[in-house]
Amino acid sequence: MILVSGRSLEQGLGKEASKFSKRYIDATTVCQIDPEDMRKLNIGDGGSVRISSQYGSVVVKAVKSKYAPHPGVIFMAYGPWVNSLTGPETHGTGMPSFKGLEVEVEPVEVAEGSQREG
Amino acid sequence: MSGKILIKNGFVFDPMNGVDGEVMDVAVENGKIVEDVKGVDVKVIDATGMVVMPGGVDVHSHIAGSKVNSGRALRPEDHYKDYEPRKPGLRSGVGHTVPSTFVIGYRYARMGYTTVVEPATPMLKQRHTIEELNDIPIIDKASFPLVGDCWFVMEYLEKSMFKECAAYLAWLLKALKGYALKVVNPGGLESWGWGGNVRSIDDSIPNFNLTPREILRGLCKVNKMLNIPHPIHVHANRLGQPGNYKTLIETMDCVRDLYDGYKPIIYLTHCQFNSYAGESWIDLTSGAPEVADYVNKHPHVVIDVGQVIFSNATTMTADGPFQFQLHLLTDYKWVNADVECETSAGIVPFRYRKRNYVHAIQWITGLELALMVKDPWRVFLTTDHPNAGPFTEYPRVVGWLISRKAREATMKKVNARALKRTMLDSIDREYSLYEIAIVTRAGTANVLGLKSKGHLGVGADADIAIYDFNPRVIDLSRDYKLVRKAFRRAKYTIKGGEIVCVNGEIVKSIEGSIFWVNPSISHDLEDTVVSDIRGRFRDYYTIEFDSYVIDEDFLVNSRPMQVKGGV
Amino acid sequence: MNVIRNVLCPFCGCCCDDLEVEVDSNRIVNVRNACALGRGKFLSIGEHRLLKPLVRVNGELVETDLDKAIEKAVEIVKDSSYPVFYGFGCTSCEAIKLCLEMADLLGGLADNISVVCHGPTILGLQDMGIPSATLGQVRHRADLIIYWGCNPVEAHPRHMLRYGPLSNGRFVAGRKNRRMVVVDVRRTSTAAMADVFIQVKPNSDFEVLTALRALVNDLDLEVEEVGGVPVGKLEELADMMVNAKFGALFFGLGLTMSYGKEHNVESAIALVRDLNKKTKFIMIPMRGHFNVTGANEVFTWQTGYPFCVDFSMGYPRYNPGETSAIDVMARGDCDLLFVVGADPCSHLPRQIVEKLKNVKLIVLDPAVTPTVKMADVAIPVAYVGIEAGGTAYRMDGVPLRLKKIIDPPPGVLSDVDVLNQILRRLK
Repeated sequence: MILVSGRSLEQGLGKEASKFSKRYIDATTVCQIDPEDMRKLNIGDGGSVRISSQYGSVVVKAVKSKYAPHPGVIFMAYGPWVNSLTGPETHGTGMPSFKGLEVEVEPVEVAEGSQREG
Repeated sequence: MSGKILIKNGFVFDPMNGVDGEVMDVAVENGKIVEDVKGVDVKVIDATGMVVMPGGVDVHSHIAGSKVNSGRALRPEDHYKDYEPRKPGLRSGVGHTVPSTFVIGYRYARMGYTTVVEPATPMLKQRHTIEELNDIPIIDKASFPLVGDCWFVMEYLEKSMFKECAAYLAWLLKALKGYALKVVNPGGLESWGWGGNVRSIDDSIPNFNLTPREILRGLCKVNKMLNIPHPIHVHANRLGQPGNYKTLIETMDCVRDLYDGYKPIIYLTHCQFNSYAGESWIDLTSGAPEVADYVNKHPHVVIDVGQVIFSNATTMTADGPFQFQLHLLTDYKWVNADVECETSAGIVPFRYRKRNYVHAIQWITGLELALMVKDPWRVFLTTDHPNAGPFTEYPRVVGWLISRKAREATMKKVNARALKRTMLDSIDREYSLYEIAIVTRAGTANVLGLKSKGHLGVGADADIAIYDFNPRVIDLSRDYKLVRKAFRRAKYTIKGGEIVCVNGEIVKSIEGSIFWVNPSISHDLEDTVVSDIRGRFRDYYTIEFDSYVIDEDFLVNSRPMQVKGGV
Repeated sequence: MNVIRNVLCPFCGCCCDDLEVEVDSNRIVNVRNACALGRGKFLSIGEHRLLKPLVRVNGELVETDLDKAIEKAVEIVKDSSYPVFYGFGCTSCEAIKLCLEMADLLGGLADNISVVCHGPTILGLQDMGIPSATLGQVRHRADLIIYWGCNPVEAHPRHMLRYGPLSNGRFVAGRKNRRMVVVDVRRTSTAAMADVFIQVKPNSDFEVLTALRALVNDLDLEVEEVGGVPVGKLEELADMMVNAKFGALFFGLGLTMSYGKEHNVESAIALVRDLNKKTKFIMIPMRGHFNVTGANEVFTWQTGYPFCVDFSMGYPRYNPGETSAIDVMARGDCDLLFVVGADPCSHLPRQIVEKLKNVKLIVLDPAVTPTVKMADVAIPVAYVGIEAGGTAYRMDGVPLRLKKIIDPPPGVLSDVDVLNQILRRLK
């Protein structure tokens, strides 16, 4: 699938409330997925998913995207969690790849108390 | 600084005071020229065998502001090979046609220039211009806001409300800390807001009941009403188009009846770009003889040349439609930067080549203007930096003016057909040093109305340039290369009584000042007009009225000139 | 209680200057005219403040006084052989100038956050130029507005009202007199407001823009779809563009961050440039922070280059990819990262942040951020635009004045004051 990271209103509001606030963490540990894709991958709305890129992986909460349909495309707000996936390769421009990254997405069984890594 | 300096025995050229190469002493104290200095703490500079002039005053050079900075950003390739390393007390930077701010100050000071005017600043972005001017060291500066296509101005002029227009512009100069009124391609910039242009000074302007002629006449009237020291500074319509010399002369002529015999009332800038005869690029030729003839016969006009240098250049003007045309002609990269309710801007890199017929005509046209206009007090040396060439090449222009031999050396290499079709080769005139002093400092300070600049009389700012060549020993015409070299690197540059440059090296960096004009007018009129503008401001601009105004303490070393406006 | 008018909002590149802030006993109690983001900023400045300077002692962050923190910072700076000065999206031009002076003095690197935002736009315009204008031109004249790869509803909430399709201009007033087009990979809230929404496949903007350019230049496309978009839809958009009286393209990080990066922007520039042969068209980048544009402007006029400026040879050198802060950090070439007005530990790829463990970190910030938590020296500073004034530049290059409307907490200085103290001791 393709990962796109970007600004969201919640992330914008959250960062002013502090990068350690619940609002910010809630906004940036969430991945928006097309409902059809969620169905195909057997991911429940609000369930945990592991997303992996060539640079790393992270476990976050999956929610149905309000902006579907966008099959094959997932969205996460800017922040430390999505940056576990983005990489330092800038292709000579100074700009890492924050959008359009190839990733693998799979549901995870999560034991109680270890909801989010990162 | 109470620094006392005595410059002894130099050949002094001070045209404002009629001094033509006399051997004299020049005394400095507390930043000003004084009668004499005494005491053990006097720094004596032995200027025996050297030329002493007032510091250079550049009346038209694009050195600061939004479009200059866009030009800088656009052209990293302009900077790579031309840089200034940091030194103790000096910042690093880059050149070449669009140097960084510190380098601009250092390089002007190196040539003995001490005052430079940024001639075209968009009012909505004036704060940016001031910020950059603040960062340019050593030299004193001023800026001209672009007013010709401003909606408020056009609306007042549509209705012939000259008093109100004057009040608005008086407030504007004060609010923006501007020095004079600049007009570029009147009517053309508003037309460019829709992708169009005007084709003559009587063409119509979309959505406004006004012609370029009416803008020019209206602003000329207003300028006189306010007693602004500098006349309206005009970049004429149809710049860069074959046959445009006619439009230039029409522009000059359209305010002739407003002349009161006192001092010039219209300043036409970089006339080279507006003095082309012919009908296309194929039969393009110089229209300078006709233009010079008009200027010679009409004392209400002053001009500057805009001389082409055969090198890299960066064209940048407020003439958006012209810049787009240049892009289409050359396919070089193009920046456009319209400014709401006011003006436009465009930037296209360029290079002038000797063998190219058109560029050769352009080079010839500029020199013909300079050599055919007889009164040096009304024709000034510029390269419209960086449009026709970088300011660091002014010494080369001096060489061409003082020496026919210098011109021949270049004429040998330029397109021969261009030479055959023009008059330059038949011109023998050679400028004297006195005349050079006029067209680079005395005359420019005079037309600007900067009474403390451009001369070495008692009470003037102690801005002095000493050039290392002996006019009694060398022949200007034959030894032009020596003269050119001397002008490139001043033996001494003194700014406000501080020695800033020695042997062409900057030895001290200081802050310059920013001059601006504050026309005082009747309180009632001002209150009425400002309150009207304030009330309508949000319908025009995307910023608040209070954001538009620049506080005086934003300027580094603000030097307001109080002027009594006549309204 | 005091109402302060004409307050410049220090959040996004819209730089709305019509905010009205109610202040009572040095506390902000209400904000009018701001969007949720701006309002959120003003009303939450009390939270999670960094109130005391911190220095790292034996691996732990310890509170200290300002003088000691500055001493420590100066010591670290003097010891470093290649310091990198970074950030500058959320501070004033005055602070930026001080950091450039330091980088010049020390032979270090100066870079700003546009390297991870519209840096590729800068690279694109250095190749191609850019046909642009101030925002008021759009408000007054545009009958066609395109948002490409950006989502103003969530990132620039008042943009459409103040400058875009919902604004009222002299020649064009209101939404119904304009056509709005959105191009994005998902149907965002902004897309929902558009007359035409074009959904492109991720990483295919370059192809789509090139296809549009072909159509605008009257060439035929011999394919059925480009980047997931049926050619019929592209033809429709091309017609809209060519027939507009005044078109405006707002573009965002969808172009700069996706595969192709600066080439995407170049393609957009070429398209808008070609459109100017047929009609009037301009483009404006949607800058995310309230003074990242100012950082580019100050960098450019003082050094000649908008970002990625290296001073190690004694003069400004520019080579993004080599002299970009990201690549310098990735290569492990710097030994000090001096951060002002940014939070790189949150916003940079993790592998870069990992490298910072071996790098000394000095940060000036009003709040406690992940970067502060990793710092060797963290000095609290005032919120610029609220507790400290200065100059900032809007996304279209219009310069504006940030206001100081309340005092910072006791003992907290502005970043300009702190930087001046550091610079003085370095000289």
